[in-house]
Amino acid sequence: MYRIVKKEVLAPTLNLIEIHAPLVARKALAGQFVILRIHDEGERIPVTIADFDRKKGTITCVFQEVGRTTKELATFTEGECLKDFVGPLGVPSHIENYGRVACVGGGVGVAPVHPIARALKEAGNEVISIIGARNKDLIFWEDRMGAASSELRVTTDDGSYLRKGFVTDLLKELIEEEGIDFCLAIGPLPMMRAVCDLTKNYGIKTVVSLNPLMVDGTGMCGCCRVTVGGETKFACVDGPEFDGHQVDFAEMARRSVIYKHQEKVSLDLYEEKGTRHHHQCRCGGEE
Amino acid sequence: MAAENTKKAIIPKKNPMPAQDPVIRAGNFNEVALGYSEEAVVAEAERCIQCKNAPCRQGCPVDIDIPAFIKKVAERDFAGGAQKLKETNALPAVCGRVCPQESQCEKYCTLGKKYEPVGIGRIERYLADWELATGVKIPQTAAPTGKKVAIVGSGPAGLTCAADLAKLGHQVTIFEALHIAGGVLMYGIPEFRLPKSVVQAEIDNLKKLGVDIQVNAIVGKFSTIDELMESGYDAVFLGTGAGLPNFMRIPGENACGVYSANEFLTRSNLMQAYRFPETDTPIFAGKRVAVLGGGNVAMDAARTALRLGAEESWIVYRRSRVELPARIEEVEHAEEEGVKFQFLTNPTRILYNDDYWVTGMECLRYELGEPDASGRRSPVPVKGSEFILEVDTVVVAIGTGLNPLISKTTPDLAVNKRGNITADLETGATSKPGVYAGGDVVTGSATVILAMGAGRAAAKSINNYLLSNNKFLSGSLLEVREASQVRVNEAMSK
Ligand SMILES: Cc1cc2nc3c(=O)[nH]c(=O)nc-3n(C[C@H](O)[C@H](O)[C@H](O)COP(=O)(O)OP(=O)(O)OC[C@H]3O[C@@H](n4cnc5c(N)ncnc54)[C@H](O)[C@@H]3O)c2cc1C
Ligand SMILES: Cc1cc2nc3c(=O)[nH]c(=O)nc-3n(C[C@H](O)[C@H](O)[C@H](O)COP(=O)(O)OP(=O)(O)OC[C@H]3O[C@@H](n4cnc5c(N)ncnc54)[C@H](O)[C@@H]3O)c2cc1C
Ligand code: FES
Repeated sequence: MYRIVKKEVLAPTLNLIEIHAPLVARKALAGQFVILRIHDEGERIPVTIADFDRKKGTITCVFQEVGRTTKELATFTEGECLKDFVGPLGVPSHIENYGRVACVGGGVGVAPVHPIARALKEAGNEVISIIGARNKDLIFWEDRMGAASSELRVTTDDGSYLRKGFVTDLLKELIEEEGIDFCLAIGPLPMMRAVCDLTKNYGIKTVVSLNPLMVDGTGMCGCCRVTVGGETKFACVDGPEFDGHQVDFAEMARRSVIYKHQEKVSLDLYEEKGTRHHHQCRCGGEE
Repeated sequence: MAAENTKKAIIPKKNPMPAQDPVIRAGNFNEVALGYSEEAVVAEAERCIQCKNAPCRQGCPVDIDIPAFIKKVAERDFAGGAQKLKETNALPAVCGRVCPQESQCEKYCTLGKKYEPVGIGRIERYLADWELATGVKIPQTAAPTGKKVAIVGSGPAGLTCAADLAKLGHQVTIFEALHIAGGVLMYGIPEFRLPKSVVQAEIDNLKKLGVDIQVNAIVGKFSTIDELMESGYDAVFLGTGAGLPNFMRIPGENACGVYSANEFLTRSNLMQAYRFPETDTPIFAGKRVAVLGGGNVAMDAARTALRLGAEESWIVYRRSRVELPARIEEVEHAEEEGVKFQFLTNPTRILYNDDYWVTGMECLRYELGEPDASGRRSPVPVKGSEFILEVDTVVVAIGTGLNPLISKTTPDLAVNKRGNITADLETGATSKPGVYAGGDVVTGSATVILAMGAGRAAAKSINNYLLSNNKFLSGSLLEVREASQVRVNEAMSK
């Protein structure tokens, strides 16, 4: 069992959990993810590693409540345990000194950008981070992102905080005024796609972290396949990061809603009947 | 009585296996074959003529003393029969259900020359189930040797290797990537053919032997082989299987509604999607499903599709009926349940609508040409024979390859051109000292019993390695460890 040692509500429907999982923490690197299950009947859901502490043996994840599993996970409190937690999965981010880089995070995507920005800065890059959300309430980790970057710029779609507009607006300014050598973008699919459309015009190498549906996360099922540069890749073992200019975003968008109907059935049932399990699976101090 | 002395009349046919009615069972996931009654199993055992040369044994990859356990059953000594069986087979309840008996033991049965062979698999299953129901005796383990062995992968190869090593007194830990142990037995083979409770019972027995099972542990990710050895494991067995799905590489293969058999079966079995929304993992099985392939995996997928509510389930196979690699019993069961076959047919592309959902599959007809190198007549396409099979789901079951996770992170482990780990088939020894391998990871997709045989052979040589070479080894291992520690320190100080 994997105990939640810290739980924080970062914004409406946005939660942080820190999980005790020493074997994962020992090896975790920026860009990797874990797969967790909350109880015996649960689905395996992938979540990016937003931070890790090798000494404490913990992994930090930030997740957005979208469906049944993430909504139920949000009801877990400190001291409660997840049923399964496996990782670190995926290929770690490729870190090198590019010069001046832009790290773009949209919505919950800010969390996975964080350790990569930090690693890029440690590798000697000038890291200009751009984070954005729909409104002020949904902005989180300004402090952490500030510390992980050389410079931080913030935007909200509705202008309720700092600059009004999209992350791509800020990115365009940055490119035109100062120029960048490399771009990393993580966030909702349409955002990543917009960033890639933009940087392509300027010929700036851009990496995105894809989040297709997954089951095993070890290359066994092929559920996570995405088309990159005309070739089929498994995001869980070949990725999750890919050259954004090569990704077939349209295919990905369609594949990610395959279970839209079933997911609604499941969510409705949950909202009607409430949680089933986790209150019985408290494991107290036991590991 | 005089009858005592006269030779018993031979009963030409096997005692029939009671099974769920095909119409009913195609709508549920309960086991199809129900198992013999006590009367039937004894009657079947009495069919065995106990011939001296016992050719059945030669057909068994692990050389089970078949006549001996059958004799015990004929005498109604089930405990004795189970005992005999267990001498060579650690998972009889599994083998009795899924071994391809018609191409192994039963193929060579003397009775089978003129009549139906003895139902060896069915008797085996009865004994194993009898033992599970009456309580399994946990064998005595040898005194602790102080040696630690890491087993990677908990399929039949890993489970068998672990059981043998634990009995010999070694401390065994199994590392399994998924959240449940059992390998293909748990995630691939469906409940209706191999109830998960049967596999679970076998795994629980293993735990009682003192084997530690760590699930959610992907070797190559949380720890490499070298790191396992550095952390104190004296030997490692790799039983990681062949789990990487092949696709056809035809247009439309990533459309919504196209699954690998692994994904389809994993969702249904491991994640229990057939109980959705009682469980959380969804699955989509449309009204008309096409399964590509002709092996056990394809049969399992086609039958699963029916149980998930498909109205039509097709097997699309490149060769003809006689070449179907699946077990005969499974093909028969599939047909009884309503699975339909398109033989000598191969898809050329998958058709989809504007929303990227599958609407059909374009296929080409084939005819059998000259035999190829393997002796099988290879299929040749018939020009202009394209036709469209209207389906909304496609399941690709055309075999699996090797997951490169371990070989990528273990540079000194030799692999062959196909990515399989190179290991001696007799001993399981790999190119890396102290590291053994067996099962599908070495042979490519094969069978449960072959994987078990490989696990057993490796256990034997690991035991020899740990004991006889003791002194020399601990010395040389120490050097290896020191050398790699130096490497680690160097890497860290950079
Ligand atoms: C490598 C990887 C890393 C991820 N990291 C994070 C993270 O750090 N934080 C976070 O909040 N989420 C992350 N996700 C997405 C997360 O896995 C999904 O939000 C989660 O599986 C939804 O489960 P659910 O049961 O709550 O919702 P469901 O009922 O499964 O789905 C609800 C809605 O979410 C969409 N959805 C489902 N799964 C995904 C998915 N994998 N990606 C995008 N949309 C999805 C569905 O189309 C549906 O509209 C990541 C996904 C991947 C593949
Ligand atoms: C659907 C299906 C039906 C079949 N039907 C039959 C049948 O009827 N009769 C028959 O004889 N055979 C059948 N087979 C074949 C048989 O199941 C396999 O040959 C057998 O399971 C191989 O055993 P194994 O121990 O080598 O590997 P597997 O059973 O594949 O087990 C390997 C295990 O290792 C784990 N693993 C992989 N990599 C790692 C890692 N890096 N770290 C930790 N763990 C890891 C995997 O998750 C898996 O649990 C079938 C196979 C399938 C897929
Ligand atoms: S999630 Fe199964 S192969 Fe990637």
